[in-house]
Amino acid sequence: MTYPGEFFVDGDPIADTKAPDGPLAERWTKRRSTGRLVNPANRRRLDVIVVGSGLAGGSAAATLGELGYRVRCYCYQDSPRRAHSIAAQGGINAAKNYRNDGDSVERLFHDTIKGGDFRSRESNVYRLAEVSVEIIDQCVAQGVPFAREYGGLLDTRSFGGAQVSRTFYARGQTGQQLLLGAYQALERQVSAGTVAMHTRHEMLDLIVVDGRARGIVVRDLETGAVTVDLADAVVLAGGGYGNVFHLSTNAKGCNVTASWRAHRRGALFANPAFTQIHPTCIPVSGDHQSKLTLMSESLRNDGRVWVPSAAGDTRVPADIPEDERDYFLERRYPAYGNLVPRDIASRATKAVCDDGRGVGPGGRGVYLDFADALTRLGRPTIEERYGNLFEMYERITGDDPYVTPMRIYPAVHYTMGGLWVDYDLSSTIPGLFVIGEANFSDHGANRLGASALMQGLADGYFVLPNTIGAYLADGPFQKLTPKHPDVVSARSAVSDRVQKLLSIDGDRSVDSFHRELGKIMWEYCGMERTDAGLRKAIELIRSLRDEFWTRVKVPGTGAELNQSLERAGRVADFFELAELMCIDALHRSESCGGHFRAESQTPDGEALRADDEFSYVAAWEFASPPVLHKEHLTFEYETPSQRSYS
Amino acid sequence: MKLTLRIWRQSDREARGKMVTYKIDDISTDMSFLEVLDVLNEQLTATGEEPVAFDHDCREGICGACGMVINGVAHGPQKLTTACQLHMRHFKDGDTIDVEPWRARAFPVVKDLVVDRGAFDRIIQAGGYISAPTGSAPDAHATPVPKPDADAAFEAAACIGCGACVAACPNGSAMLFTAAKVAHLGALPQGQPERASRAAAMLHAHDEADFGGCTNTGECTAVCPKGIPLTVIGAMNHDVLGSAIRGR
Amino acid sequence: MVASGTRDRAAVAAKESSAPRRNAAYRSTVGIKVVMAVTGLLFLTFLVLHMAGNLKIFFGAESFDHYAHWLRDIGAPALPHEWFLWIQRGVLTLALVGHVWAAATLALRAKRARPIGYAHRPKVQGSYAARTMRWGGVIILLFLVWHLLDLTVGTVNPVGNPATPYANVVAGFAPSRWPVTLFYVLAVVAVGFHVRHGLFSALRTLGQRTANGERWARVAALGFAILLCVGFLVVPFAVLVGWVGPA
Repeated sequence: MTYPGEFFVDGDPIADTKAPDGPLAERWTKRRSTGRLVNPANRRRLDVIVVGSGLAGGSAAATLGELGYRVRCYCYQDSPRRAHSIAAQGGINAAKNYRNDGDSVERLFHDTIKGGDFRSRESNVYRLAEVSVEIIDQCVAQGVPFAREYGGLLDTRSFGGAQVSRTFYARGQTGQQLLLGAYQALERQVSAGTVAMHTRHEMLDLIVVDGRARGIVVRDLETGAVTVDLADAVVLAGGGYGNVFHLSTNAKGCNVTASWRAHRRGALFANPAFTQIHPTCIPVSGDHQSKLTLMSESLRNDGRVWVPSAAGDTRVPADIPEDERDYFLERRYPAYGNLVPRDIASRATKAVCDDGRGVGPGGRGVYLDFADALTRLGRPTIEERYGNLFEMYERITGDDPYVTPMRIYPAVHYTMGGLWVDYDLSSTIPGLFVIGEANFSDHGANRLGASALMQGLADGYFVLPNTIGAYLADGPFQKLTPKHPDVVSARSAVSDRVQKLLSIDGDRSVDSFHRELGKIMWEYCGMERTDAGLRKAIELIRSLRDEFWTRVKVPGTGAELNQSLERAGRVADFFELAELMCIDALHRSESCGGHFRAESQTPDGEALRADDEFSYVAAWEFASPPVLHKEHLTFEYETPSQRSYS
Repeated sequence: MKLTLRIWRQSDREARGKMVTYKIDDISTDMSFLEVLDVLNEQLTATGEEPVAFDHDCREGICGACGMVINGVAHGPQKLTTACQLHMRHFKDGDTIDVEPWRARAFPVVKDLVVDRGAFDRIIQAGGYISAPTGSAPDAHATPVPKPDADAAFEAAACIGCGACVAACPNGSAMLFTAAKVAHLGALPQGQPERASRAAAMLHAHDEADFGGCTNTGECTAVCPKGIPLTVIGAMNHDVLGSAIRGR
Repeated sequence: MVASGTRDRAAVAAKESSAPRRNAAYRSTVGIKVVMAVTGLLFLTFLVLHMAGNLKIFFGAESFDHYAHWLRDIGAPALPHEWFLWIQRGVLTLALVGHVWAAATLALRAKRARPIGYAHRPKVQGSYAARTMRWGGVIILLFLVWHLLDLTVGTVNPVGNPATPYANVVAGFAPSRWPVTLFYVLAVVAVGFHVRHGLFSALRTLGQRTANGERWARVAALGFAILLCVGFLVVPFAVLVGWVGPA
């Protein structure tokens, strides 16, 4: 247990003041029907900046454009269609109950709160479950080619952490198809002139004037030009920060810079330690590895996870008889079997590998076996469901999963933490809204599978466009010019930082620092965290950060496409975030969801929460040392209980 | 493995570029092609040279960011595979590998292997969508879609917009990309109201962007990492003709 | 809007100019291909009939010459002597102009679309027939000139008498004139390749769009290509080996 003063200080508690009172099921309706509106003529005079063009940013920019706001959307990629939402494979949850299997908004709400290990806000989660239904309708209308049955109706499958079949999917490319739907809606608005799209631009600072978020400083990644864009509101949709671990399933370009710069300008950062380790990724094959590849969790529907019963068994899988295999998830969690939530599956996997029963190079892997499913369903059905995933696995590893079991191991996948937002998705800086993975709101300490797509689209299509009006109804705000002193200083701070990175001219590459930072984080702030380990990590991060600022080598200039420079800026921000993550993980001495503190576990090794002490959101204020503001979580409808999937 | 890489280097849009030769050792067969470029870039950074710029992001073959012509073939020798998923086990020790950017007037080189594919976004802007404003949708089950239609739509929708089809086409045509979207939306009941106008408008944007015309050579589908079939081009021609005949 | 680079403006300009115009379809790349497809199908029809007529040579000189003379009187008495032939020649000439225009336009567009080529010569991944359409077309065009001079006008034919087409053919393919026959063979093979890709391509351009249909289109294209090759080559072969000799 750490105490304020050593790494942080305690601040005033905070609370969400925007969620209406009254019955949970009526809050969103109430919020929508009583919130202030902006009349259409005024919308044309209001500028909104959206940073990021993934499911959340893309859908928000498109919808705000449809409403008539003047929208400008920025992304670092060469096209909004490449945002990392595209890589989500498995599916999207929605409480449609098309299966008549007892699903409902209440049940999705319950599963999400429970899956998040009782560290999320009831009002937000209920709204998410409610809106999930509309998302599917919207996407179908846009032409998203969801999987269908022979009768022409939508097919669903079940996913980890749920006992109903509520996951809609488009083969193994659900994220891609949903993103293309949002991208097409976005390009429609570009064509209509309501959205201006700026690709290959990176936000490097937030402009705050008189306490309001009024614009951003961006760098044109092709020309290096640093410019400012001023508006009435700024929406951040920059995604998650899993790349702080260097090796993760995130795209190489994913970064925390937009969120972190906003944090430095005053937005609170909530629960940074809550990261999700995905149980089914392709294991690391060597030091050259640049990223990890996810194998969709949906594979656990039909695949069975096992390791040899005896440590050090080096036989090929086919030679290991049935009674010498340990189907450890089915054994430990009979009710959910292979479909236990991600954090539980990941830790169970780590545990058997720590026992010396892991398979493959380095013993960091377990089998995911489709032999039974192939016998039961036949190869055509398996091909139909997972064909592209099997091909991808074979391309990367050279092994054919139809013949030999896949090998999988956990990898960093998603970050539940993010900028703190209220019910309206507004950060602590008025006028700064945060949506999608970039905010902390709905997943608590652990996200259920197929819920990220749901949340990104809920925020972008339905929530933000309805809540941002209450803020913009007071606008347009005072006209600003680029000559305003706060604008000038933000812009020159960005230019100075770019110059600083270029001028160090040391002897170590950006990537070598990133790799080393990632190793520290994976070792001490990964699947299992300890007090001593986190203290050590903070020390190591600080000294590595100092070394970075004296020894990093960034070739080239700032006035061109310079990918080393882009990475250097992002890694510099990761250093600061990494330290805060470790401080957050250190202060939260309980285990919950994806945050597992070795000191706090049940006798059989499950995460043990300490509700009396930690039933709050840790919202951090940027300062030296950071200031902790607690948002206490109250549960009126759900009763926090020890999660049990056995 | 030891390799010799000959890579197109060009400092910016206006500069003249050239092929530059690099030697590189200690390549593992488990590496992806982009990881080889990572190793090369580390080597160049260490010697104070500018690293090779190349687009890449997800590195799992779905974002469509990466793309380079490897030994004359877009995305390299392995079928149905993007450059990021191409592993070095498909090359031999001592190989010389030529790496060039996509070549098309509509895809100007920005730097080294990075090209500007904004023309693809403009083709989508011209009509590659269904006009369904947020909130306007009927229940998802209001219109059943026959499974074969849904499957056909999916097959065409799998396009990742990487641009390999353009790079490989002897005419520099983007017809496979354009037609894939036309075929995807045209196969679904939701896409019918705008079907004819969509095809005509997207074709117009395609031609305006200075892509060449399709001559059905099939080079595009041969290199397409997602295996988009050539039949989508027939679907597009069908819709374009329908549009011309019906005058809309 | 403060942060707007030149590329953004270029994108806006491109967008404005790309507002769909009415009746733009025929000027589009697809429109040009439709011209190519329709004219190509006309040629194919002509070639099939031409080939069928050629085969009449196996029925003897009288039959063949009679057929040749009948060609000049098709449509009689509604059409005066040789009118049909001239109408047909006019239509085919127009089709040729359209076909070549379309080919040239697409070739120029293609050249324009790729101003800088690849240093590493691209490997042909698609069909070889498809990649030889342009040069194949030029060879066929050159042959056509020779062919007309040889067997229609008769200028370069040893007999060259329009009244005796059978004799012209036999003399034209005489063993001593083997280089001419070789040129003829090459040209017919070029036609075969041209038809093999051309017919498939024409059907695709005119909207053939199913996987099953594609298989049939490929089979049909290959079938017509072989049919034409065999049908046209059997005549010079017959003359060469003496099955068809002087009347």
